[in-house]
Amino acid sequence: MLSDPAKHAPAAERASVPARGAAASARETAAPGREAAASGPGGGFRRVLLIGGTSEIGLAILQALRLSSETEVLLAGRDAPRIRAAPGLPGRVTVLSYEATDPAAYHSLAAAAFAGGPVDLVISAAGVLLRQDQLDGAPDQAGLLIQTNLTSHVTALLAIAAQMRRRGRGTIVILSSVAAVRPRKANFVYGAAKAGLDAFGRGLADSLHRSGVRVLLVRPGFVIGRMTAGLRPAPLATTPDRVGQAVAAALAGTGAVVWVPRSLGPAAIAMRLIPRPLWRRLRM
Amino acid sequence: MTVIAKAAAARRELAGFGRTSKSAAEVVRPASLEQLQELVAGQAGAAAGVLARGAGLSYGDAAQNGGGVVVSPVTGPGVELDATNELVTASAGTTFAEILTRVVPGGFILPVLPGTRHLTVGGAVGADVHGKNHRQAGSLAAWIDQIDLVDGTGGLRRLTPGSDPAGLQATCGGMGLTGIVVAASIRLRRIETGLIRVTARRTPDLDATLSVMAAATTEYSVAWVDATASGRSLGRGIVETADHALLADVPAASPSLSYRQQPGLRMPALPVPIITPLTARAFNSLWFAKAPGERTGLVDLATFFHRLDAVSGWNRAAGPDGLIQYQFVVPAGAENIIAAVLDAVQRSRCAPFLGTLKRFGAISAGPLSFPAPGWCLAVDLPAGAPSLRALLAGLDIRVASAGGRVYLAKDATLSQNAFESMYSSLPAWREARARLDPLERFQSDLGRRVGLC
Repeated sequence: MLSDPAKHAPAAERASVPARGAAASARETAAPGREAAASGPGGGFRRVLLIGGTSEIGLAILQALRLSSETEVLLAGRDAPRIRAAPGLPGRVTVLSYEATDPAAYHSLAAAAFAGGPVDLVISAAGVLLRQDQLDGAPDQAGLLIQTNLTSHVTALLAIAAQMRRRGRGTIVILSSVAAVRPRKANFVYGAAKAGLDAFGRGLADSLHRSGVRVLLVRPGFVIGRMTAGLRPAPLATTPDRVGQAVAAALAGTGAVVWVPRSLGPAAIAMRLIPRPLWRRLRM
Repeated sequence: MTVIAKAAAARRELAGFGRTSKSAAEVVRPASLEQLQELVAGQAGAAAGVLARGAGLSYGDAAQNGGGVVVSPVTGPGVELDATNELVTASAGTTFAEILTRVVPGGFILPVLPGTRHLTVGGAVGADVHGKNHRQAGSLAAWIDQIDLVDGTGGLRRLTPGSDPAGLQATCGGMGLTGIVVAASIRLRRIETGLIRVTARRTPDLDATLSVMAAATTEYSVAWVDATASGRSLGRGIVETADHALLADVPAASPSLSYRQQPGLRMPALPVPIITPLTARAFNSLWFAKAPGERTGLVDLATFFHRLDAVSGWNRAAGPDGLIQYQFVVPAGAENIIAAVLDAVQRSRCAPFLGTLKRFGAISAGPLSFPAPGWCLAVDLPAGAPSLRALLAGLDIRVASAGGRVYLAKDATLSQNAFESMYSSLPAWREARARLDPLERFQSDLGRRVGLC
């Protein structure tokens, strides 16, 4: 390094004139998009936590992120055997036992998640969907739904956000829903939980502004999957895979909210504008 | 912690020039060298460590230390020019612009000038920067006579080629993880005029671009590659070859020796990127079409070396998602990788903007220094493209298997595995770091990402 610069004589390596047709040969060998897809770095996430370890959407997001084999994937949920049986994710998978209906479970979850190192990405996806007619006669079931779909997210994310804030970086993905936009009589308890979660997510994002921690709020429409089995798909329905792709794409950018499909954003504005007497009568 | 309080810490979110991977840290500006030494010594047991940050012009997360302490440069003595020994000594926070303003009127120039003049001496040492004359002049490390460094125990060390060659080499290109540079002495070169004699040649494809570059015998050579051109035009560009103009080359009435900074425009913060696949293509085509087949002329130093500085904050043109610069070097013989990268960024519709191609000379002695013999390509890419990170991971593997490497000062996405397969002198660097920073107090987001700390 400290040798006389004059010694850096270029003559030796000037001999190699570029091979003719370098461009042409590259065409044959390069299939970059697909090749790369298999080994992407997943946005640089080294340790990711999925709360709701059997969530189809949550797992689809992890798949879409194309995590590298170095990534530590923590799956938190109550059904450990089923989580373990889930189709292979890239990275080193650890299962954390987590019961979302237990109001104190957040504490051990956050401790366990950060025990092996800082978590770069948390996906808050725990949730259940019960039909409104089942809840009408069983208020305690409705209470459990709120606990699972709202309260558990609030407690776990506050605990995790504090750790991330201290570290000065991290990403939080919250699965809200189009149901948060306006309560529908067909599932207003679920909608109420999502509306609460959505408001929590927006507030959390603002409180973490300039802290190095980012919050991404995901608002999918009707997602065809295990959770909605037996229900009639609503207009602009989507799939867990598409939600996964959209979230992975959004994580590459800096946006705060992602609608899936994207056209749901304008549709949600329209939904808000429908007069209530009419809204009440809509069969959806 | 009391030391930090004294030095007025403020928690701030920091980003690199690419604005892609922000993190928050306690930012401290020590009032004196002693305070800086105390601060480093007082970091014992702090988990996230401490890191020096200069102008924050590295693209990725090299000058960030999320959750830890980030130290701004101590105000120092500034620039001392020793004309007899053709040497300049500058405090770490001095920018290259300040040095040039001081030394050019005396008939000197910095032997290595990267594409921006706003970087600091400390940052330039940490990244072991190179210029358009790497093939002839090597990287900055080849011109450094002395570095004053605060090591991991808070002690002040003077690193010279005689006293501690390994420590000096590990600090050049060491991305600030061997210590905090306080000052450095750089040997200068003499110039007769403040003008550069440039020949610009338009080249129709990559082969032509590479051939013209390979045949260049001038001090400086660089090719601006149209990263949006595909098919038969892939790799077309404008090759600039240049030398310092001698007194005999310039008209008698030419301006005297000086380095003048153009006032410059300022790019406003935009809610959307103005670099999109369409605009990138249009701009590049226009810019290529208006270049003459071949032209020789005289330009001033700032115009030749620091063209992009004319629009300050141009990185904002990439929009709120930020910018990633992919810069790598591959050995001669691996030209197909250059073509493959240009091809790949286009096919993935990542809206590549300008590409810059350089020929590198001898390898730097610094174990983490980027330059190595061969071809170096840098492409600016708006970071928001969803497939970009996966694409770059694939390119990292190709570059590594061709014997090439990615520039840490630009990098925002490299994985530990890919990094380790690129930098084979890593053990030598680790050895030097273990000596200079035995308690591993110097840490950065980049260092954690690629496993340096």
